[in-house]
Amino acid sequence: MSERPPILYCRCAYAQVVPDAVKDGVLDGLCASGGGFDSVADLCEMSARKDPRLAAVAEGGPVRIAACHPRAVRWLFHAAGTPLGEDAEIVNMREGDADDALGELLGGEAKC
Amino acid sequence: MMIDNESAPVRVVLYEGDGADPLDATDRAGVLRSLLDRGYMVSDARGGTGGALAASAGERCFIVIGQFGGGVAPRLEDGAGGAQIATCDISGLSPDAVLSAVENARDGQPMNQPGAWKPWFPVIDYDRCTNCMQCLSFCLFDVYGVDGDNQIQVQNNDNCKTNCPACSRVCPEVAIMFPKYAAGPINGEPVSDEDLSREKMKVDISSLLGGDIYSRLRDRSEAAKSRFSKERDSDKALGERKRCLTKLAAQGEIPEEVLASLPSPEEIARKAEEAKEKANAALAANRSSD
Ligand code: SF4
Ligand code: SF4
Repeated sequence: MSERPPILYCRCAYAQVVPDAVKDGVLDGLCASGGGFDSVADLCEMSARKDPRLAAVAEGGPVRIAACHPRAVRWLFHAAGTPLGEDAEIVNMREGDADDALGELLGGEAKC
Repeated sequence: MMIDNESAPVRVVLYEGDGADPLDATDRAGVLRSLLDRGYMVSDARGGTGGALAASAGERCFIVIGQFGGGVAPRLEDGAGGAQIATCDISGLSPDAVLSAVENARDGQPMNQPGAWKPWFPVIDYDRCTNCMQCLSFCLFDVYGVDGDNQIQVQNNDNCKTNCPACSRVCPEVAIMFPKYAAGPINGEPVSDEDLSREKMKVDISSLLGGDIYSRLRDRSEAAKSRFSKERDSDKALGERKRCLTKLAAQGEIPEEVLASLPSPEEIARKAEEAKEKANAALAANRSSD
């Protein structure tokens, strides 16, 4: 298994703004990959509720987050009182296709 | 239904280590999909890695699922005694059956309801925000306030009117996002120079609309309502009202529910005055501390 930061996958389940084909393709790819990952139903909902588990993500060191536009995701964490560190990488599933997103999540480099 | 801020809903852990048969990738994805779409948080614990979400202090309830075989799941206990851990054997179960098993194992523990509530609220990009207080003056539903340092803040998420992005249109810096909105830059896409100049033109939204935006919207909504009441039983009237409101909503991007729930003109005037006072007080405090 390659050395890569832990992955957090957002399903955007409360009001699906991420295209189904992308989020399903990314989930399939993560499930077929060699390592585990964490997944949440909806980061927006967690931010609104100030879910204490966002702090675990923000304070846990490097992480790759598969969600939507990086600007939105960063400030959602901030809104919950748990700003993400500079070493958090956000992979945008609202743009591009599942292969692009998987390449960034599982590969050596992810852009944010 | 929302659950409170302190309680962290159940986390499901999919275990495939010693003592459990691994799932194939398709089954694994099917199980995750059905649990996530139901609102669960799921940790796929392959490789023994903790993943991105280390267990946090507020977490009290875990459901560990795996193909333990023989229909028997091991009993697990939290060594520290704080958490409740249920286990579930999912050998041979379809994703739907896994979901049912997890729902049973949850045994009434708190859970969210995707679909019952849309997480719709403004999110401020503080890299862009200049603390001008336009949003605070504009919103009639007390969504905004200021913190102890007189910095603008979203204080009452729950008051925000679902699907109404109007305050993002008032912000001169395009600093207000609604991540669930369809289009950029409101959805969090990068802000272009073109977006910025377009939004700057809308700074004084009330003068743009030729007067008090709320009174105007309310008048038009009332007109639509009275036309409807005169022809109460007619499908035509219903259709007409819908068309009228849809047009309004399309023009101002204000959802029908917001138009229908606008307070009386007196109440609007009072609330607008209160919001303006709050904004002015914060601006004055910021000026004197500069
Ligand atoms: S963070 Fe983005 S992908 Fe996740 S729930 Fe919110 S809008 Fe959807
Ligand atoms: S209107 Fe925009 S720039 Fe002004 S305080 Fe609100 S978020 Fe900040």
